Amino acid sequence: MNQRKIVLVFLIFFGTYSVDAQVRFFTKSGVIRFYSKAPLESIEAVNKSGTCVLDTKSGLVQFSILMRGFEFKKALMQEHFNENYVESNKFPKAEFKGQVLNNPTINYGKEGSYIANVKGRLSIHGETKEIETKGTVLITGGKITINADFNILLSDYKIEIPSLVKDKVSNSVKISTSCPLDILKS
Amino acid sequence: MQKSFLIITVITLLGTIPVYAQNDTTDLIASMIQDKPVKQYITNAFKSSRVINGHSIEFIGKGVLDVRILHRFGYVSEGFGNLFGLDEASMRMGLDYGLSNNFSLGIGRSTNKKELDGFIKYRVLRQSEGPGSSPVSIVWVSGISVYTTKWADPLRKNIFSSRVGYYHEIIFGRKFSNFFTLQLAPVYVHRNLIDSVKNSNDTWALGIGSRIKISKRVAFVMDYHPVLSGKQSATYNPLSLGFDIETGGHVFQLHFSNATGMNEKEFITNTRGSFWKGDIRFGFNLSRVFTLKKRANIAQ
Repeated sequence: MNQRKIVLVFLIFFGTYSVDAQVRFFTKSGVIRFYSKAPLESIEAVNKSGTCVLDTKSGLVQFSILMRGFEFKKALMQEHFNENYVESNKFPKAEFKGQVLNNPTINYGKEGSYIANVKGRLSIHGETKEIETKGTVLITGGKITINADFNILLSDYKIEIPSLVKDKVSNSVKISTSCPLDILKS
Repeated sequence: MQKSFLIITVITLLGTIPVYAQNDTTDLIASMIQDKPVKQYITNAFKSSRVINGHSIEFIGKGVLDVRILHRFGYVSEGFGNLFGLDEASMRMGLDYGLSNNFSLGIGRSTNKKELDGFIKYRVLRQSEGPGSSPVSIVWVSGISVYTTKWADPLRKNIFSSRVGYYHEIIFGRKFSNFFTLQLAPVYVHRNLIDSVKNSNDTWALGIGSRIKISKRVAFVMDYHPVLSGKQSATYNPLSLGFDIETGGHVFQLHFSNATGMNEKEFITNTRGSFWKGDIRFGFNLSRVFTLKKRANIAQ
């Protein structure tokens, strides 16, 4: 009886700690790129310091990036991006809070590449919109890498394009994310 | 047995509930990772590297070539016969280049006195926020000018150094908000040769530059250089008021001013009209930037 109790207590502690330690994966160096292809100009930028957390148990996934962290090929583009389009000082962050819909079908303990259907809310420029996309979860050597590509419309996020630059800035922007995640040690 | 089972159940619940509660929260990042505040530079204090005539605390950026075409016209008061001064134009064509984000240099030539000028500009301190931040930007500018018109006085020996002038300034500027920027810049101008013993070779002025942003792409700008000492006789303090209009890679600066000179030596020591007596000219600065060196680090 006493022995059983100890075993039970042990199991309880072991159970909770192992859950706590292994379900969450994160990175602070997630790579987020975007591409805009307009007739006169292609715009491309990259942010290499995105924060991303994945909870493998619940399938919750979350991104947060600083808009000022986007780097462009041209300094002036970067300036205009921050100043005139996304208004980085008013809206410093972009965030995504979502859920892997088919989370139970992904075996995080087994190496492989899995398709993940993700649905959630994306906030940019103070506007929040529901988005849904198909990404991949790649598991190799205890590491998880998540990738996803999707398109957004700037008009959905109230990012205005002046008529003068209609041929240079496209309303449809492709966003591509790639985050190698590590186990979160708390 | 039943009692102990109950206790174990309670422990189990107590032990696990907080874990699940954490899992349920939708803000994973906020609950798990504390964001450390980072130092961030303040950008876009002005739209251009010049307020109007004088340098601003803004830089054009590394690897960027700024082609600047400046015009100053005649007095608006000349009326319709002279198309409000537009019939006479004085021009400066210039090239600025950014060697780094904090260091740039430029050359230019003005039709006025057929003058060549060049400058170097260095940012000592950059306004920022967050840990270790600075409330102001400090910029140092030094320049030289040489006029190349025919030697006017045949009785005096024509030596090169007589045509040379220098200026040095330190600009202290702060972007107080998106709406308002102010900078103060003590400027020292030295001319090797002047036209009268009554005047001084050395002139001190205080540059006051300010921007009021009206919309995302339009701003009101003011550029005033009161001369503090060594004022040349029959000259006035240069005052310019205008608008910056930004369209893609261009910045148009349209303004009204009493100054014709388009380098520091010239507009500080040789502004011949009084703004308040109506000696006002229309002028514009056109700036077009070209990115010569694109950043490589964003490639996949």
